[in-house]
Amino acid sequence: MALIEDNGKGRARASLPPWIQTAFLTIGSIAMTMLGLLFVTFIIGRVMPIDPVLAIVGERASQSTYDAVFLELGLDKPLIVQFAYYIWDVLHLDFGTSLLNARPVAEDIARVFPATLELATLGIFFGIVFGVPLGVVAAARKGSWIDQLARVLALVGYSMPIFWLGLMGLLIFYGILGWVGGPGRVGIFYVDVVPSVTGLILVDAALDGNWDVFKDAFSHIILPASLLGYYSLAYISRMTRSFMLEQLSAEYITTARVKGMSEWDVIWKHAFRNIRVQLITVIALSYATLLEGSVLTEIIFSWPGIGSYITTALLSADMNAVLGGTVVVGLIFILLNIFSDLLYKVFDPRAK
Amino acid sequence: MNTFAKLLTGAAIGLAVSVTSFSAMAETPANMLVIAHRIDDVTTIDPAESFEFAGSDISRNVYNRLVSLDPNDLAAGYKPDLAESWDVSDDGKTITFTMREGVTFHSGNPVTAEDAAFSLQRAVILNKTPAFILTQFGFTPENAAETIRADGNKLMITTDKRYATSFILNCLTATIGAVVDKETVMANEVDGDMGNEWLKTNSAGSGPYKLDSWKPNESVTLSSNPDYYGGAPTMERVIVRHVIESASQRLLLERGDIDIARNLNPEDVAGASQVDGVKIEDELKGRLMYLALNQKHPELSKPEVRQAFKYLIDYEGMRDSFLKGQYTIHQNFLPATYLGASEENPFSYNIEKAKELLAAAGVENLEVEIGVREAQERIEIGQSFQNAAAQAGIKVNITVGTAKQILARYRARELDVYLGAWGPDYPDPQTNAGTFAFNPDNSDAAQATGLLAWRNSWDTGGLTEKVEAAVVENDREARIQMYQDIQAEFRETSPFVIMFQQIEQSALRDNVTDWSTGQAVTSAAYWQVTK
Repeated sequence: MALIEDNGKGRARASLPPWIQTAFLTIGSIAMTMLGLLFVTFIIGRVMPIDPVLAIVGERASQSTYDAVFLELGLDKPLIVQFAYYIWDVLHLDFGTSLLNARPVAEDIARVFPATLELATLGIFFGIVFGVPLGVVAAARKGSWIDQLARVLALVGYSMPIFWLGLMGLLIFYGILGWVGGPGRVGIFYVDVVPSVTGLILVDAALDGNWDVFKDAFSHIILPASLLGYYSLAYISRMTRSFMLEQLSAEYITTARVKGMSEWDVIWKHAFRNIRVQLITVIALSYATLLEGSVLTEIIFSWPGIGSYITTALLSADMNAVLGGTVVVGLIFILLNIFSDLLYKVFDPRAK
Repeated sequence: MNTFAKLLTGAAIGLAVSVTSFSAMAETPANMLVIAHRIDDVTTIDPAESFEFAGSDISRNVYNRLVSLDPNDLAAGYKPDLAESWDVSDDGKTITFTMREGVTFHSGNPVTAEDAAFSLQRAVILNKTPAFILTQFGFTPENAAETIRADGNKLMITTDKRYATSFILNCLTATIGAVVDKETVMANEVDGDMGNEWLKTNSAGSGPYKLDSWKPNESVTLSSNPDYYGGAPTMERVIVRHVIESASQRLLLERGDIDIARNLNPEDVAGASQVDGVKIEDELKGRLMYLALNQKHPELSKPEVRQAFKYLIDYEGMRDSFLKGQYTIHQNFLPATYLGASEENPFSYNIEKAKELLAAAGVENLEVEIGVREAQERIEIGQSFQNAAAQAGIKVNITVGTAKQILARYRARELDVYLGAWGPDYPDPQTNAGTFAFNPDNSDAAQATGLLAWRNSWDTGGLTEKVEAAVVENDREARIQMYQDIQAEFRETSPFVIMFQQIEQSALRDNVTDWSTGQAVTSAAYWQVTK
């Protein structure tokens, strides 16, 4: 009891406004999460059986060349010292230079991340636009053909390897029908045609008013985005269906129906309104997963995104690039979490 | 929400329908060459440092050298490039090059003997991985200013002893022999790095192409140099797109969105070869696949056992199955197309013969460990060998590991048997002779990790001296014969079981002519290509 009173006094002494306390807690939480993430990634990078020096100098290098690069990378220093140096640099927004392509990692990420952002955003757009209504209708018409169709679509989405589906999509829609552009972000005619302002080709083309490039870029992004959208759709529609079924079996829905409310209003104005908060979490997680970059999709479609960037860096022991990419992906997860927390407060009166 | 949902649905349907309005892509323009290739091995494009395949492709087209290889006539060997002619001093140690007049860099600066001297000195002083190609002639950072010097229109290089002129000139055709624009490079020098950081991602050459952009893991774009002394290339623009997946490369080629696909797997090569408008071209590359037997192992060091292993390889079976189209049988350390390369392949798959040899050596119940790097084709070769060896009574334990794990043990002379690949470093027979058949000090203390003979603890007998003699022989025919003799002896006595030589299969649109990946001796060239 005494302790509780002491704590109360302590709070009174601090007398910080609640929003400042929340901001401090949030920033502290982000900092600790990022530190932990960097530490784990750093340690994994150092213990994995790839020699970063050999990756740079090659098998033929003389011992003196090898030793010189070993020292240049600071690998002679204790692990904790190396980590401390790295954290110091990151605090100064310096992710270092890629060991393998000699460019600043920040520059690399600024180049590859927009490609993933563009693809993931369009993908999640498709996932939401088709997945949410499908899940709602499947729940409202439980057992109907639409429900069965939704199940089949979700099952295929869950179980079909994206590699195979991507190749089949390319073969049919690009190879045979010629409806869409092939691998790559734009066709060869449009490489470097519009100035890179945001790194998002669709946006840059629109800003430049170059609609030929826009159409070409859209023809290239539509297939991989649809593919990612389909995988999101599979997840979002199943979760939507599940949330809706729970709501539709609640007593307040029965009451609404007894009162003679239209089925449309029952579903969209009552049941759906109450699943929005849960859906936000599902969509945010789905979007975050897409923003990590889908390595296989990026490989098949020659999409220079962050997924293949981090993977290539990891396999080549380019730890600066791996750590830089990890920071970005970690930040995305954290920011999306904060964003969904904020939306909770908008949609859920209890959270206000 | 109701209206919002309807709007979103309408927008999505609209987008989906609009996709169908896109028409098929056109073919590549007549003055543009588009290549799909894996370029994720490019780590730097500074010719003093670049030592990877895709990076060498860029250098070959962006830079000139003193002497170079003609992609349309690689068999002819080196030809004058920036050096119009050369003379060799009486003692054979100094070569004086006379520079070609009127050649300019992409910057507009004239190419001079001073630029050539600077380029070679710079490569020696920076001492990056490929520097050994030059330093093997006795050039050091300390003596570079005296041994490599310019005087007016002449460039003189003085080696530490007499070498075959062809050996030196062949080495100068390598990437590290590229001549860079001294003024441009030094204008970008930072902390005495001789422009290394800048040149890693930029170019300063005089070659047929200028580098427009290199986006790592994405693309390389080159544009033709209208002032190229050899005449502006027909292909005014070259785009190399990084496409990892073989099936994606094939689709791009078949749709006409690229002209050349360089990384098709055997299935896609077979498929593409059936398509109208597509042709397949094979070129022998320098990579050799081999087994090496550690001579510290008491049983593996017996001559009969070394011989027996050479009969335990199902050469034809592998070539015709999982290596189909990608490797050909080759049992000599000099890749075919190299000066002096032997085409003798005397060993065949013969379990009974191997058993006889093992019995003659008094070997029974032999058990060995073979180290294999985690690459599918190598693992499959290892498994094939394991199966054959089992039939001859040898138990083979395969250890699969990463490059660090396996190479570290190989370089430390710890593996019984190593299954690996080796590619030549420069287009002279010394490149492979000097590592497979040369080992002047076989002691552990020598730590000659760069020599394959040393890694396998093999005292080469008289071959080391024969290699030394061949490298200073100036008579071309005599030199060829010397390498033929060395290879014949090597085949019989060495602990190396050389099995296969790589083939690169390029799939091209059928209007592409004069394509060259550079065979085993050099890199791909674009300037001679026409469509």
